[in-house]
Amino acid sequence: MITRARQIEMKILPVISAAVVVGAAGLIGLIAALPAVAGLLSALIEANVPEALRPAVARGLGVAAVVGFLSLFPIFAIWFERKVAAHTQDRLGPMRVGWHGVLQSFADGIKLLFKEDIVPKWGDQILFRLAPYLVVAGTFAAFAVLPWGDGLVVSDLNIGVLYVVAIGSLNTIGTLMAGWASNNKYSLFGGMRSAAQLVSYEIPTILTLLVVIVQVGSLNLQDIVLAQQGGLFHWFIFRMFPVNLIAFVVFFICGLAETNRTPFDLPEAESELVAGFHTEYSGMRFAFFFLAEYGAMFLVSGLAVVLFLGGWQGVLSSPLVPGTLSFFAKTMFLVFVQMWLRWTLPRLRVDQLMAMCWKYLIPIAFALLIVAGFLSLPS
Amino acid sequence: MRKYFTDMLEAVVTVAKGMAVTLRHIFMPSVTQQYQADEKPEERWKSLIVPEGLLNARSRMRLHVKIEDCIGCKQCEKACPIDCIYITADKRDKEEAPIFASDGTAIKLKVTQFDIDMTLCCYCALCVYPCPTDCIVMTPEYEFAESVKGNFLYRFAKEKPSPPEPKKEPVPVAVGGE
Repeated sequence: MITRARQIEMKILPVISAAVVVGAAGLIGLIAALPAVAGLLSALIEANVPEALRPAVARGLGVAAVVGFLSLFPIFAIWFERKVAAHTQDRLGPMRVGWHGVLQSFADGIKLLFKEDIVPKWGDQILFRLAPYLVVAGTFAAFAVLPWGDGLVVSDLNIGVLYVVAIGSLNTIGTLMAGWASNNKYSLFGGMRSAAQLVSYEIPTILTLLVVIVQVGSLNLQDIVLAQQGGLFHWFIFRMFPVNLIAFVVFFICGLAETNRTPFDLPEAESELVAGFHTEYSGMRFAFFFLAEYGAMFLVSGLAVVLFLGGWQGVLSSPLVPGTLSFFAKTMFLVFVQMWLRWTLPRLRVDQLMAMCWKYLIPIAFALLIVAGFLSLPS
Repeated sequence: MRKYFTDMLEAVVTVAKGMAVTLRHIFMPSVTQQYQADEKPEERWKSLIVPEGLLNARSRMRLHVKIEDCIGCKQCEKACPIDCIYITADKRDKEEAPIFASDGTAIKLKVTQFDIDMTLCCYCALCVYPCPTDCIVMTPEYEFAESVKGNFLYRFAKEKPSPPEPKKEPVPVAVGGE
C-alpha cells in the first residue's frame, strides 16, 4: 500500500538528496578553493574593517569556518560510517531516506533535536549539563591550529603540537564528568575507563609526536608541514625508513584509543556498559557526544596527516591538486581506515588495553625517540 | 624476550589479514534485498520471485487453498501441528453430477467449511505435503497485514452447508398404565 505520506516523500526526497549531493560537491569545491576564498576574505576585511578590529574579525571568521565544518562533517561521517559498516557486513545500510540514504543523518539529527532532554534526578545537575559542552569544546578548540593549507590556519601557534595535546585532554575531563554526573554505575565505569585509557595513551602519543618534532625542531604545525616539502618521499612516514613508519602506526593506534574508537571503545562498550559514559544522555546532549566523537576522528586523522603524511603537500613536488584538497583527501582516507578498523577488530579487554599501552607502545615509542634523536643530531 | 617481538609481529600480521578480509567484503555485492515499497503489493512479491530470483519461489509465506480442487479429505487438518485448519465436509448427493479435481480425483465430499486461522499458522508447510490434490499451497506473498484480527481467519469454502433435515415429530410413546 502506498500511503499519501510516502507519495509526498517520494516526490520530495530526490530533490533534497540531490541538493545535499550538490551541496557536498560544493563544499569539496570550497575546500579546494579555500586559499582563494581566504585571500578574498582577508582583502575584504582589509578594505572594510578598521585596523584595530582586523585580528578579531579574522579569528571570528576562522572560528565560524571551524564550527561550520564540524557541524557538517559528523553528519556526513555518520552516514559514511553506517555505509562502511553495512558493506563490511554485506548489507546495504541506510537506503530509504534520500539517494542511498544520504539524508538519514539529517533525519536522525532532527529526531534528536525533538527528543526530551532528560537529566537524572539524583545526578549532578550542573556537571551533567556541562559535560557535553566540554567534550565538544575540547575537540573544536584543537581545530584552531590544524593547518589546512599554506598559511591557512585559524591560529598559527608556535607551540601548536603542545596546544593540541593539552586542549585535547579537555575531552577526558568532559567524559569523566559525564560519567560521574549521571549517577549511574555504568556511566561511571565508562568515565573511569576513559580517564585511565586517555592518561595511559597520552604518553605514547606524545612520544611519537616527539619523534617528528626532533626531526623538525619546531612545535609549529605549519613548520612541520613545510619540512615535508618536495613530494611523496619527503613525507616523514617515508623518511629514516622504519623509524617514522612505526612511529606513524603507534601514533595512529594511540589516536584510535584517544578518540575511543573500536577496538579501544571501552568507555562506551555497548555490550558491557549499556552505552558507557553517555548512557543517561538524550536528545541534543547525546548528539553533542556524537559530534565530538566524529570531530575527534577527523582531528586525529588530520594530525596524523600533518605529522607524517605531508599535510597539505601533494604527492608530487609540484602540486596537481590544491593543497587543501590534498590534505582533506588524505585525512578522509585515514578516517576511512578508522572505520575500516572498527568493523574489523573486536574490542580489547581492559587489561589487554593497558598491557598494549604500557608493555608495547611506550617502549616502542621510547626506542623510536632515541633512534630518531640520534639520527637527527646535527653532524 | 623473543616472544615479545614475535607477538608484536603476529599482531601486525593478523590485523592485516583481518583488514584484508573486511576490505574484500566492502566491495562485495550486498546480500540484502530491498523491500519494494513503491510497487503495488500484488505485483511486489511477484517482481521479487521472477525473474530476479530474489525471493525463493518456495518461500513459505501466505497459505492459499484452491478450493475447487479440495476433496475434503482433512489430511491437512490432521497434519497441522497447531490445529489451525478447520474443515467440515458433508457427503454429496449421489444424484448430483460427478465432479473432479484438476488432477482427476473424484470429489465425493462437499466442503462447507475450510477455515485457516493465519494468526496461529506457524508456516511449517506440513499441511502442504499430505494434500493428495495439491490444493493447499504456501505462496511467496508476504504482505498481508490486517487491521482487524478477524480478517486473519481465512474462509475458503464456497459451498453452503446443506440445510438441516427437518426434525421429525417425536412419535408419542404410549405410556402404560400401572
